[in-house]
Amino acid sequence: MEIKKLICINCPMGCPLTVEMEESKVIRVSGNTCKRGEDYARREVTAPARTVATTVKVVNGKAGRVSVKTREDIPKEKVLACVKALKDVQMEAPVCIGDLVAADIAGTGVDVVATGNVGEL
Amino acid sequence: MEKYDIVIIGGGPAGLAAAVSARESGIGSVLVLERDKELGGILNQCIHNGFGLHTFREELTGPEYAGRFIEKAEELGIACKLDTMVLEISPGKIVTAVNREDGLFELQAKAVILAMGCRERARGALNIPGFRPAGIYSAGTAQKLVNMEGFLPGREAVILGSGDIGLIMARRMTLEGATVKAVAELMPYSGGLKRNIVQCLEDFGIPLKLSHTVIDIKGKERLEGVTLAEVDGRGKPVPGTEEYYPCDTLLLSVGLIPENEISGKMGVELNPVTAGPKVNESFETNIKGVFACGNVLHVHDLVDFVSEEAAAAGKNAAAYVKRESAEDTAEKDVWDAAGREVPVKPGEGVKYTVPERINAAHMGEKLTLRFRVDGVYRDCYVSVWFDGERVIRRKRQAVAPGEMEGILLDRELLLRYPGLDAIRVAIEPG
Repeated sequence: MEIKKLICINCPMGCPLTVEMEESKVIRVSGNTCKRGEDYARREVTAPARTVATTVKVVNGKAGRVSVKTREDIPKEKVLACVKALKDVQMEAPVCIGDLVAADIAGTGVDVVATGNVGEL
Repeated sequence: MEKYDIVIIGGGPAGLAAAVSARESGIGSVLVLERDKELGGILNQCIHNGFGLHTFREELTGPEYAGRFIEKAEELGIACKLDTMVLEISPGKIVTAVNREDGLFELQAKAVILAMGCRERARGALNIPGFRPAGIYSAGTAQKLVNMEGFLPGREAVILGSGDIGLIMARRMTLEGATVKAVAELMPYSGGLKRNIVQCLEDFGIPLKLSHTVIDIKGKERLEGVTLAEVDGRGKPVPGTEEYYPCDTLLLSVGLIPENEISGKMGVELNPVTAGPKVNESFETNIKGVFACGNVLHVHDLVDFVSEEAAAAGKNAAAYVKRESAEDTAEKDVWDAAGREVPVKPGEGVKYTVPERINAAHMGEKLTLRFRVDGVYRDCYVSVWFDGERVIRRKRQAVAPGEMEGILLDRELLLRYPGLDAIRVAIEPG
């Protein structure tokens, strides 16, 4: 049996969670005060996911960079690959909130979209 | 001199929400003065997500959250002057400002909404010994360099202060290829959200050193390293616990201070705890017709609460303008004569409250009294006392200084205590 320890992120309580696992299946969650803690623990130990927010270069724009994000959470282990894949991506101004920046980033099936507006120079 | 009904100082989240709300309350003549080249304030550099869960029921990034309000302001045709610095406001509400197009100019306002936000505490306020080499930045400056300009301030960083901006920058620097060696926090607990401790530090294996501070800075031209040491209960370094960290960058995330130079000069009374104006239930300062909202009033952790507070300030400013401009003074006379202000006092465990005066006759049906606690408390109660009587008692599993608290007050309840001398909010053990 494997034991994983987490801190719950749902509220200021920050409950110390203990997850008992057997062959990558969750057997028991303890230490949580509410249901949200258990849900979080189950997700976090089996399929942790994060939204990635970063910036990409803009050419011919009033600003040199525009902020972007993954439209949904991507698997945690793909976060660095996602940032790396965006390193050489370049957008042509004008850029608007919601514009597609890169499709299916790092093989996650999730698109990256602009979160800022940059007008033409 | 140009005249406006309402002039709003600052075009960040507070200024924008106040402007939109004032306009929607029927005031056509609204002007926003913003010192930056675009609206949105500090949200524009907060590219991470997590904004707007309360306001829009979805998770937005900072620029997206600002974008919603900017769009709304544009739709409503609200006038803005960008690249404009306000220098002075007279008690008679003459606003003196300067920009490249108009030069130095004055505006007459009927009401003013202060929404200037806050600035970061700098190294000078900490008295860290050592030289003054390059490579020491406030976390927000580093955030602007990385997210807006596309510059990485250094390769190896130590961060002092575990407020949310410090934590967010630890992740941001790491994603951009820098190594963050440690985050040191003077207090025995972090001032940041749990979510940020997990997702910005633990995800990347960055150590959080609680009860630690920087006691020495090495390097003359460029930062070469910092010495961290553990501190005792009174914040004094413990000899023998020193640890040297070679690094070229030190980020300071050590608190925010409301920017109230203009307010103070015009005679607005400030609360020494928040460094923001003292306001009543209408978010009005001691000067009639001058309102305050957002981080200039008290530093928030959630922008959603800023928007909520600013919308109330905008609505109240609009009502003030209507009352004062009406030819028939009946409504104004009734308002001025109605009720009286009761002071709100921070009790045991509470650092401050906003507002700090309430006139039940002037408040809406409900009012959220916001406050911060002075330490971490578990299984406690938030209690509201009307003089010697406890009228509200709400259970909280945990409260911490890093998370602003609030408690809802009913006008009906207040009206039942006409002889009330003081309202007190306190944290009581379970």
